[in-house]
Amino acid sequence: MHIPDGYLGPATSGVMYAVMLPVWAIASKVVKKTLKAKQVPLLAIGAAFSFVIMMFNVPIPGGTTGHAVGGVLVAILLGPWAACIAITVALVIQALLFGDGGITAIGANCFNMAFVLPFIGYYIYKAISYNASIGSNRRVIAAGIAGYIAINIAAGLTGFEFGIQPLLHKTASGQALYCPYGLNVALPAMLGEHLLVFGWVEAVVTALVVKYLQKQSPELLEEGRRGI
Amino acid sequence: MKIITKFWLGMAVLILLSPLGLILPERFKAGSAWGEWGVDEMKKLVGYIPQGLEKLSSLWNAPIPDYAFKGWEEKGLAGLSFAYIVSAVIGILVTALVIFLIGKFLVKED
Repeated sequence: MHIPDGYLGPATSGVMYAVMLPVWAIASKVVKKTLKAKQVPLLAIGAAFSFVIMMFNVPIPGGTTGHAVGGVLVAILLGPWAACIAITVALVIQALLFGDGGITAIGANCFNMAFVLPFIGYYIYKAISYNASIGSNRRVIAAGIAGYIAINIAAGLTGFEFGIQPLLHKTASGQALYCPYGLNVALPAMLGEHLLVFGWVEAVVTALVVKYLQKQSPELLEEGRRGI
Repeated sequence: MKIITKFWLGMAVLILLSPLGLILPERFKAGSAWGEWGVDEMKKLVGYIPQGLEKLSSLWNAPIPDYAFKGWEEKGLAGLSFAYIVSAVIGILVTALVIFLIGKFLVKED
């Protein structure tokens, strides 16, 4: 889901940066107000977890690869704004040091994976686990469903951003300038592979860690403790 | 053991297992992620390289491109796996360091 340089035209890249700038500003403000110094190590682990989980490329035999993002889990533990900062840091380092995702596409990649994904996931988790006790199975299921839906929405948005490029940018002879695949190809490709395979990886990872934390460190799952 | 310590131990396990993210796609003959093809692959797929894509694709030269060391192409899957693990360690350390720096600037003391 890491859009490389050259797949998005300047219009899309620019708009995505323009959308993300205020999001990052608000995220910094909210985190400044609510995150406590002793939660910083957890935020660092959340960002590191997101970084490394994205290295686990899962193959579709004979096809493409994809991966989980881990962002819904970070949002469940630290709130969506802190998750936004954590995943942004992971994505920027992936782009700068490892060329995974483009420099011009940092706005778009962060919009999809560091903004939409943790927020959607967080609120789905909150809605489904509403009033459930910390140790309840409903929390595990809520985490799985939240992970599955959130990564699929992020994948759908990525497909949409790819897919509008041929509409926006073409040479006089009709060749694409950037991503050559339109919505009819990009959207079903990105959505299909995540609905079928990679969404389940995000779901399982998120649900399993929540289940583990119920036993090992239930206070991390308590609402209100973090105040975000 | 504190939960934070357990998390870092879990991270160490993930780092050691990370080459699975390289070996499994190779083993199951899976290609690039959708929309993350290089220019040569793009040419094979659509018959040409979109002009804007060609220009922008070389915009940035990452020091460890694709979590692999430059000039190690001949070393096979073992070398690639080693580079992948080193990349995971570097990536995690830098990520954690940046978060701690952000934390220092943003977060108030308790």
